[in-house]
Amino acid sequence: MRRAVITASATAAGVVLLLSLKPHDPAAVRAVPAADGTAPAGGTGGVQDTGADSRTLTGSAVNTRYGPVQVVVTMAGTRISRIDVVQYPTRDRRDQEINERAVPVLNQEAIAAQSADIDVVSGATYTSEGYTRSLQSALDQAAQ
Amino acid sequence: MTADHVEHVMGTVFSFAVRDPGPGTGPALRRAVQRLHRIDALFSTYRPESEISRLGRGELALAEADPEVRWVLERCAELGAETGGYFTARPGGRLDPSGYVKGWAVEEAARTLRESGSAHHCVSGGGDVQTAGGPWRIGIADPHREGAVARVVTGRDLAVATSGTAERGPHVIDPHTGLPAASFASLTLVGPHLTRLDALATAAFAMGAPRALPWLAAKGVRALAIHPDGRQETTAGWD
Repeated sequence: MRRAVITASATAAGVVLLLSLKPHDPAAVRAVPAADGTAPAGGTGGVQDTGADSRTLTGSAVNTRYGPVQVVVTMAGTRISRIDVVQYPTRDRRDQEINERAVPVLNQEAIAAQSADIDVVSGATYTSEGYTRSLQSALDQAAQ
Repeated sequence: MTADHVEHVMGTVFSFAVRDPGPGTGPALRRAVQRLHRIDALFSTYRPESEISRLGRGELALAEADPEVRWVLERCAELGAETGGYFTARPGGRLDPSGYVKGWAVEEAARTLRESGSAHHCVSGGGDVQTAGGPWRIGIADPHREGAVARVVTGRDLAVATSGTAERGPHVIDPHTGLPAASFASLTLVGPHLTRLDALATAAFAMGAPRALPWLAAKGVRALAIHPDGRQETTAGWD
């Protein structure tokens, strides 16, 4: 396993993460820290208890044609309380532009669909294949 | 207990929730997903080898096309007549029945689950939703606030179709002008069957205000329009 040191973006200055992963191009992967400054470890997925009724599920790192994508889902009981995208491709400027807009939108949609006792949202579209596959792997763990 | 599945197909994401899972649910979900990929292979305008792409280039005669392709194009022609040309399989001049195919694909996936014995499920694709059983709570995305819900529809055996400019920008073309329609921020229709709703939503979105809501109301279709200034307007009988 190759160990890559990845520096977070300027907006999260000072946060340095160690991730165990095999990106196609280490420089093309950027780790996105959780809002509270912590970030779960990347890798092949797993479950971590964080409290009586709360747990985090790490989705698989999904290799897409643009690079690896990985999410970490925090469950409060059976509901998703937050989703952190811990890896997404930033190979070039266009990737970054797309992801910087798309990732927060995807997060909010997935959580909105869960948090307000809503089963599904009409008019919201998800477009990131890696995001949904990693999310699916986390949801599969939740169902176990 | 719910069986959930998320599938990336047709350039968007389809999600499945089955509230009455049984031994047949897994195989039924696999069949539904296979069906979606088959529909994509036939109808995608992004795949040069799809039948729709080949028909559009004149490389495939309609008589030689898959019976399902011919069937869909016939339904598109009927909807074109019913909507005064506001629905068309050739928006912008190029053969592209996507305005019919996406809603139909969601409904076909739901039908696959129903035929497996499920009476309690929800399928969504690209923001359009078909449910069976219920009650289901369906949020309608707020086109002015990312991630927020403008309204919630609750009911049984409901379908909900939304056309809007929020996420993909102006993309519904008014076939009569060739220009993007933008008189609504979003337009949501509620009824029993998604295929027809999705096509009517596309047509009514192109038709725009002030004609669209009275036109839908006359058809007995419930609709919510969200205007560019944030104002919400519904057909009578929405609530």
